[in-house]
Amino acid sequence: MDKYECDACDYVYDPATGDPENGIEPGTSFDDLPDDWVCPVCGVSKDNFTLQE
Amino acid sequence: MNTTLCENIDWVGYVDWTVRDFHGYSTDRGATYNAYLIRDDKTALIDTVKAPFAEQLLQNIAGLTDPAKVDYVVCNHAEPDHAGAMAKVMEALPNATLVCDKKCEAALGMHHDSSGWKTHIVATGDTLSLGKRTLEFIETPMVHWPESMFTYVPEEKLLFSMDAFGQHYATSQRFDDEVQLCTAMEEAKTYYANIIMPFSKMVAATLDRAAKLDIEMIAPSHGVVWRSHITEIVEAYGNWACCRPKPKVLVIYDTMWGATGEMAAAIHEGASQAGVTAELINVRTSNLTKIATEVLDAACVAFGSSTLNQDALPMASAVLTYLKGLKPVDKAALAFGSYGWSKGGAEAADEKMKAMKWEILREPIRAQYEPNAEVLTECRAAGKLLAAKAKEMASDRKAGGKLCVDP
Repeated sequence: MDKYECDACDYVYDPATGDPENGIEPGTSFDDLPDDWVCPVCGVSKDNFTLQE
Repeated sequence: MNTTLCENIDWVGYVDWTVRDFHGYSTDRGATYNAYLIRDDKTALIDTVKAPFAEQLLQNIAGLTDPAKVDYVVCNHAEPDHAGAMAKVMEALPNATLVCDKKCEAALGMHHDSSGWKTHIVATGDTLSLGKRTLEFIETPMVHWPESMFTYVPEEKLLFSMDAFGQHYATSQRFDDEVQLCTAMEEAKTYYANIIMPFSKMVAATLDRAAKLDIEMIAPSHGVVWRSHITEIVEAYGNWACCRPKPKVLVIYDTMWGATGEMAAAIHEGASQAGVTAELINVRTSNLTKIATEVLDAACVAFGSSTLNQDALPMASAVLTYLKGLKPVDKAALAFGSYGWSKGGAEAADEKMKAMKWEILREPIRAQYEPNAEVLTECRAAGKLLAAKAKEMASDRKAGGKLCVDP
């Protein structure tokens, strides 16, 4: 599954890890993240993420 | 005014004595926009100033060197208080190359016509030799904009830390040991609470990286340079980065006809009697900047508002909205307020504090029109509850709560 990088703080969302602290199970693809999910590091919204090449 | 950091490294910025409103931040002690000039085999300017003060910056540079001899202009942060003068500076320094990271180049291009500028892009780990001294670059994204960067001079153990460790503090002194330490720390705390707090996770990561550097001087973009109290300011940042709570209770309120004010006074009385620091703050006689600063290290908050049109009073709402954006963590709280026929004031405060993930200690305390003796007794008891919780949190986190990062 594709990794996505935060444009603001460079945090990388890795589906293999998920975001358990915020209720996102490992194995959740970026597309399946809820619309109100925000970067766990700097707080920007999902539309500020770019597919990591 | 002593402006020399070390041999051939000088402050060339601007002291803004009279500014009192910095995009809404109340700058009671004014501000400075710090820029620094390093003269070596090559000459480098570190950052610029706010646009209206470009001439003063250029005069300061001309007092030290021929502007044609400036080889590099390092931009650690594209925000207009530091890069606002960039267009004039690049024009006045004909042989200078702009040095910044990729995101900064893009941001500067959106603020200015950068088409004629020579630019050298750097990333974390890159270095630039000036001769006897070297510039090392460390990107610090979201401390506090995406393009933010530190520049380090290993030969001098000197860190140009941009907005981190800064203070809005106009003085005729440039160093921490030339002013009252408590004033510099107070302004550093105000700056942290109002500018840096939302990015505390990034600050913790940045502090970890900074700990690996050998530092004898920290030169921020605002306020005094730290050279004698580095331990104190770095330790304070460690505490602020986790909002480490003190045994302190804030009673923050707005009131229409005095009923919510009476409840606030009773909560404050209850907390004061329990032996903690208790502060009573009326949002209309205080301001956003001061309130955010008090919230930073408070353990507990009681937030009250009368009901107006089924909502909180507008100034109370403004404070809650401001705090929500700043994301203070690890607080315990309760809401209170009076109402006439329909509720809304205390409920709005309760909802907004829940949205900040603060621990809510009890349901809102309400009074219809005026608090009777029973409600005031409930308020005093709530004050005691807040005080007990504040003591518990302060002693627990001192021992090292999970959110805390030791500097």
